[in-house]
Amino acid sequence: MDSTKKINGAKSPSFGGVGEASFVSTRNACKLCAPLGASVVFKGIKGCIPMIHGSQGCATYIRRYMISHYKEPVDIASSNFSEESTIFGGNKNFIAGIDNIIKQYNPEVIGIASACLSETIGEDIPRLIREYRSVNSDKPLPVFVHASTPSYQGTHIDGFHEAVAAAVSSIAQVSETEKHINIFPGFVSPEDIRNLKEILADFGLDYVLFPDYSDSLDNPHWKDYQLIPEGGTPVADIRRTGSAKASIEFGYVLNQGGLHGRVKSNKTVFTAAEWLEKNCNVPRNSVGMPIGIKETDKFFDVLEKLAGISTPEKYKRQRGRLIDAYVDGHKYLFGKRAIVYGEEDLVIGLVSFLEEIGIETVLVASGGESGMLKDEIDRITQGKRKDMLVVSDMDFESINDIVDDLKPDLMIGNSKGYYITRRLGIPLVRVSFPIHDRFGAQRLRHLCYEGTQELFDRITNVLIEYKQEHSPVGYKYI
Amino acid sequence: MAKIEMDPLRWKQEVLKKYPSKIAKKRDKSIVVHEGPENITKIQSNVRTIPGIITQRGCTYAGCKGVVLGPTRDIVNLVHGPIGCSFYAWLTRRNQTLPPTPESPNYMMYAFSTDMQDSNIVFGGEIKLKQACREAFEIFKPKAIGIFSTCPVGLIGDDVHAVAREMKAELGINIFGFSCEGYKGVSQSAGHHIANNALMKHVIGLNDNAPEGKYKINMLGEYNIGGDAFELERILAKCGITMNASFSGNSTMEQFERAHMADLNVVMCHRSINYVAEMMETKYGIPWFKVNFIGADATAKSLRKIAEYFGAQELKDQVEKVIAEEMATVKKAIDEIRPRTEGKMAMMFVGGSRAHHYQELFTELGMSTLSAGYEFGHRDDYEGRRVIPTITVDADSRNIEELTIEKDEAKYRARKTEEELKALDEKGLGFNDYEGMMKDMAKGTLVIDDLSHYEMEKLIEAYHPDVFCAGIKEKYCVQKMGIPLKQLHSYDYGGPYAGFEGAVNFYKDIDMIVNTSVWKLIKAPWEAEPVIEAEYAA
Repeated sequence: MDSTKKINGAKSPSFGGVGEASFVSTRNACKLCAPLGASVVFKGIKGCIPMIHGSQGCATYIRRYMISHYKEPVDIASSNFSEESTIFGGNKNFIAGIDNIIKQYNPEVIGIASACLSETIGEDIPRLIREYRSVNSDKPLPVFVHASTPSYQGTHIDGFHEAVAAAVSSIAQVSETEKHINIFPGFVSPEDIRNLKEILADFGLDYVLFPDYSDSLDNPHWKDYQLIPEGGTPVADIRRTGSAKASIEFGYVLNQGGLHGRVKSNKTVFTAAEWLEKNCNVPRNSVGMPIGIKETDKFFDVLEKLAGISTPEKYKRQRGRLIDAYVDGHKYLFGKRAIVYGEEDLVIGLVSFLEEIGIETVLVASGGESGMLKDEIDRITQGKRKDMLVVSDMDFESINDIVDDLKPDLMIGNSKGYYITRRLGIPLVRVSFPIHDRFGAQRLRHLCYEGTQELFDRITNVLIEYKQEHSPVGYKYI
Repeated sequence: MAKIEMDPLRWKQEVLKKYPSKIAKKRDKSIVVHEGPENITKIQSNVRTIPGIITQRGCTYAGCKGVVLGPTRDIVNLVHGPIGCSFYAWLTRRNQTLPPTPESPNYMMYAFSTDMQDSNIVFGGEIKLKQACREAFEIFKPKAIGIFSTCPVGLIGDDVHAVAREMKAELGINIFGFSCEGYKGVSQSAGHHIANNALMKHVIGLNDNAPEGKYKINMLGEYNIGGDAFELERILAKCGITMNASFSGNSTMEQFERAHMADLNVVMCHRSINYVAEMMETKYGIPWFKVNFIGADATAKSLRKIAEYFGAQELKDQVEKVIAEEMATVKKAIDEIRPRTEGKMAMMFVGGSRAHHYQELFTELGMSTLSAGYEFGHRDDYEGRRVIPTITVDADSRNIEELTIEKDEAKYRARKTEEELKALDEKGLGFNDYEGMMKDMAKGTLVIDDLSHYEMEKLIEAYHPDVFCAGIKEKYCVQKMGIPLKQLHSYDYGGPYAGFEGAVNFYKDIDMIVNTSVWKLIKAPWEAEPVIEAEYAA
């Protein structure tokens, strides 16, 4: 079927051509704001306190969302702009904010994300940092990292990658190439990070993983309260990203959505690994989110090359078990219709995985706006899925408008799509962020053979459960 | 764990020591060792949070869009700004609503935004805003659209009020704007005031058709978190009292429009809605007094006040009958639970009224409140309305429009004569008054405004409360310290807690969280501290 017709036939009154929502307003957004992404990254630096330079509501809302997902303390300071600071500039608030953070937390790093307010008044944060440093040059000061993250440019993912790149480009040092590698996994779960660290260790690789919030956003219960939760990539490690023998970066789209609508054309968008390649001669290995066999195999190929060993037996067996599960589960899955939504690199990974297990993706939706999603999905599916709708800059209501015609069997994405699956009476498999209606979001796995196995089991089980619940016979044996 | 008794004054001094001297001076005025209900001292509140100190507070937009207008189901709330603000206020407060039929309008599950992009910031967003209004109208044909401004809007000079007027004329429905940019006030409290003003200017008084009923009241400052409003609706209906309008739990625009037809305004959350109560009295002659439906005894007391106001014997009899019936269930629950909660200690830092109201429920459980404070309260919420004339108006408060309200000659109707009001006041109805939180707190307790993160940790370290009440942002810090936290903004996943059935729910939930076995597991066997029996002298 021609996908254009599909959309025009939907009940939405003015939803136009493929891939473009003709609504001017955003109705139930499928994206969050840039400083949230930066805040997650700052939590992945050891000893770091994030500060949002702007109105206090931004820090409060972002903390609220991160806390309800990770169920951990998340301290984010704010420079608490008032009407006066919006008129005369926020430098007084900036200085007071930094002073107080140092006094209370004595952090190793302060990560500063700008908010809409400070960006709109054109606040020069690098200058504020320089001035603060020079005035206080007699004192030991924390490392400052600044990410420019106005919410009107890109989404939370752009804020995330901006912060990763900002930290690396301001801290990394060029020196003689050493043995270690860098890995920039992107916006994944704390459990995914723990899984990756185990894999890298099993390959015998010395590595710098950044950002590492596997502990800071999923800590054990403490005997004594920690003002700054332990965990995070140490500054010394970020420094040595410049001397690594290679970088691995997950994602094909990364922060290219930040280019969308940017007026600062003189400032090019780059990722951490791109910056390191250009400035420190660290070769960049780009792989997709390793979800499913194919994408994980690509990642393991890179690891084999970098480690100079073949994949350890443990992972060959994990891979084998995953394929065995694919085989055993195919009768529950084959031909089922799925809608996937969320961050662009996430949905690309999910589509690649669903292609392997015979689930037909009928709609790929993202609030991201890189303009690359369709091409990337076509590449993954080798252009074979002519019916698959791929829509960038899409919101939940636009999904809701056309979902009845798409007749999905399940949806895969964050908690925000629940109202649609509830109306349709179909299962929602929760992945990514935010998940605030299920327990254990921080421990969900999506990546590599074992993470895929977990995701595969969850998907299979919700479909079995659906069948069981809707069967007139009370089968206990399915 | 043994409680470490620390003199509150010493606690305060130790906490202040850690701050730079300028900040210590400022916080000194916001931390008060209470000298008892008879000797209420001044507490600094509703002042700017110090930058870099991690606060519980939200922004003006949150108070306006999220709190006051959020729970109304048949107005499309359109957020003019970049995407974050709209996303974060998307049904996060657990306000409930119950449309009469499945077809009845309910837009609460929608988060509409103009999702401003770079070009809108540079060239202005008014055209996009107008288009968004047309779209909202095209999709829903709603009765009303509210436009909420976020931070950049005021800066780039978009005139939301002019757009609202233009769109109102074009689309023929009620459309109005709010200048509730996040930076405008000290906290969400500024947003409440801005929301109150707009309701008064654009909505209240538009519709003279009131529901049938002899005893018509408006419930002000009740937001139906976890279904509180449903329980209150149940109790009021049982008593024969008609709820004419609710601001704004389970509310509709129609209720707001006819609010001036009620004969009494009762105020739950004084902070967020007292402006409307005052303005409605001036304009329409509706008296108001403070009530509290949190706690079974408090609920009974509030019902009796309402019956006393209307004066009819049949109403008084019915109210007594309802109280007797309901209290039987409540008593059964409390008799069972109280032995397990008796003597325990609570602390609460929430809102502009909850930190006061919930002390009632803890009292019923036999628990004491050692420390409490508001997130966005003003001095009158602590010390009582008598201090209002002495509150200094600072730049932040001046920022918010004060409406000049005059008597509406056509719609004004005195509900009671001056003499009647005076006589009722003497019976303890307390018109136009709120005595504040400190009146109900014991001598030697700690009253702290805008509690910082650091102060919270120090409170817990020194006093080990059995339960700490705050919000999700504090929840996991407190629980990491081994103390249970009860969310009093959104009730975790529980509720309702208002009225009689709500009180029983609360008893059960507190019983569960203070007595759950998990707290006993926190210390691992190998973590037992060795007892130091002797020390070397240095």
